[in-house]
Amino acid sequence: MKFNFAFLDENTKKEIRRKILKAIAIPGHQIPFGSRELPIARGWGTGGIQITLSIIGKEDILKVIDQGSDDSVNAVNIKKFVEKVAGVKTTTDTKKATIIQTRHRIPEEKLRNDQILVFQVPLPEPLRIIEPSERETRRMHAEADYSSMWLYLYESIVKFKEITIGASYPVMVNKRYIMSPSPIPRWDIPKLNNAECLYLFGAGREKRIYAIPPWTTVEPIEFEDFKFRVEDFAGNVCHECGSKDTFLNEIIDEASGKRIWLCSDTSYCKKVKYGGEIEANT
Amino acid sequence: MKPILEAKNIWKIFGKGCKNCFSIDEEKNGNICKYCGSVIGCRNISFEVYKGEALGIVGESGSGKTTLLKILNFDIEPTLGELRVNIEKEDVFGSDLINFIFQKDINLFNLSPYEKRLVRNFLMGIVYQNPFLGLRMNVTAGGNIGERLIMADIKNIEKIRNRAKELFIKTEIPVERIDEYPAIFSGGMQQRVQIAKALSIKPIFLFLDEPTTGLDLSVQARVLDLIKNLQKEMQLTMIVVSHDLGIIKHLTTRSIVMKDGKIVEAGLTDQILEDPQHEFTQVLVNSSL
Repeated sequence: MKFNFAFLDENTKKEIRRKILKAIAIPGHQIPFGSRELPIARGWGTGGIQITLSIIGKEDILKVIDQGSDDSVNAVNIKKFVEKVAGVKTTTDTKKATIIQTRHRIPEEKLRNDQILVFQVPLPEPLRIIEPSERETRRMHAEADYSSMWLYLYESIVKFKEITIGASYPVMVNKRYIMSPSPIPRWDIPKLNNAECLYLFGAGREKRIYAIPPWTTVEPIEFEDFKFRVEDFAGNVCHECGSKDTFLNEIIDEASGKRIWLCSDTSYCKKVKYGGEIEANT
Repeated sequence: MKPILEAKNIWKIFGKGCKNCFSIDEEKNGNICKYCGSVIGCRNISFEVYKGEALGIVGESGSGKTTLLKILNFDIEPTLGELRVNIEKEDVFGSDLINFIFQKDINLFNLSPYEKRLVRNFLMGIVYQNPFLGLRMNVTAGGNIGERLIMADIKNIEKIRNRAKELFIKTEIPVERIDEYPAIFSGGMQQRVQIAKALSIKPIFLFLDEPTTGLDLSVQARVLDLIKNLQKEMQLTMIVVSHDLGIIKHLTTRSIVMKDGKIVEAGLTDQILEDPQHEFTQVLVNSSL
């Protein structure tokens, strides 16, 4: 079977590229787009795939990760799909990739200004937890009426003595729009601020595209006397590579039945374990 | 002396409206336009309020008094009308954020929704008859007060809680109930939380929409005394909407009487109650006494 380059027809790619440009022009603002049918179901990363297919060129090198892992089913199949329809090279090395499509993580290695990180976003609306109506949330964004978001944090602090948002912590982009950074852990939030690379977010089911251009201020929302905190791993280190400054997953070791901690970013873990060029993301 | 709040020719027409709506004879047709069927909520209403004064708005059900108050509070938009304020910069908390209202001759109804929200937050407080309108029932009592402070850029938990406690003492709410939900409070206490919320950022205007209707008499008296004391203490300018002439007599010095969306009588409250001129006011005073 013959496909157009990168599966989508040229008009579709053009539309999505225009929406991406608009999203970059207004950092953190959600731009609606006509999400197309793809040979996988909505909610499986179609937003991210459409962005990747629209921006990919013949010389690009693609890396796809799912929760930091290169070899999960979702990541492998998206990679195979893009390989088949666009004939581009793929890699598992963060340094070599020019486009990285990701679900729920930002790679541990620092990204350069010639790299683009594409997020798969399930729920693009950060205000959905406090306001069910789309009409109302759009008004709140337009008027920068964000006090109820801080009220949500206040309630959470009063009730539980801590902020209970684990993933998808709302951030203020360019001091104007509150944005949902897709369900990345709090650990990755500081990497969004003043980054060198371009971050693109695509929500296929919800039909929204938004972006963080390079060198944009991204601040987690917080109180003066109750600051935002990243996850604390209580001094645990990666079982495989011994890293202390990475995001760790807690799992049960099948052989010994004991709890162990592993790097969530598998390619970084392998690099540290077997040696290689490493520049940590700060 | 310049009035602190000046409302001029306010019209509110519910429905599609037509050019005949503005010339309907209320004696014959009441408040419904016979050409297009629109309901006329407010008909050419003008009044002035001076600093530290309490103005009463009296009228029977459906006369447009709550509509008028909602227009003043920017809850609904008027069809036509002007609203002007004359406020000293130093009286306003957070005056940097709302610098635009100190420009000369600005009609508040023409502001953008964002600016209206700031004006409402910094200048106005409102107490509704139904506490469900004024309070977020799924947010703690302290959080309800914190919401307005957060909008004023006070993003500090300790400051918010201290201010909330201060207001709870002022409005006679037990301070230890700061982290409880207003839904489980008694009616009188919900009303007092509303007052505390209205006063959280020292407002210039306090709007009361039937503040004590639905409370029993002893609680009513306590809430009214509280409002009266706070008005004196904070030099508030109040607009009180009520159908209960007792409340109007207790709280206000000057009143306007409305019927079918129109002002039929205006003057000193005592004078209106002692010597009503308009037919409708006479019926109103007679039926209550």
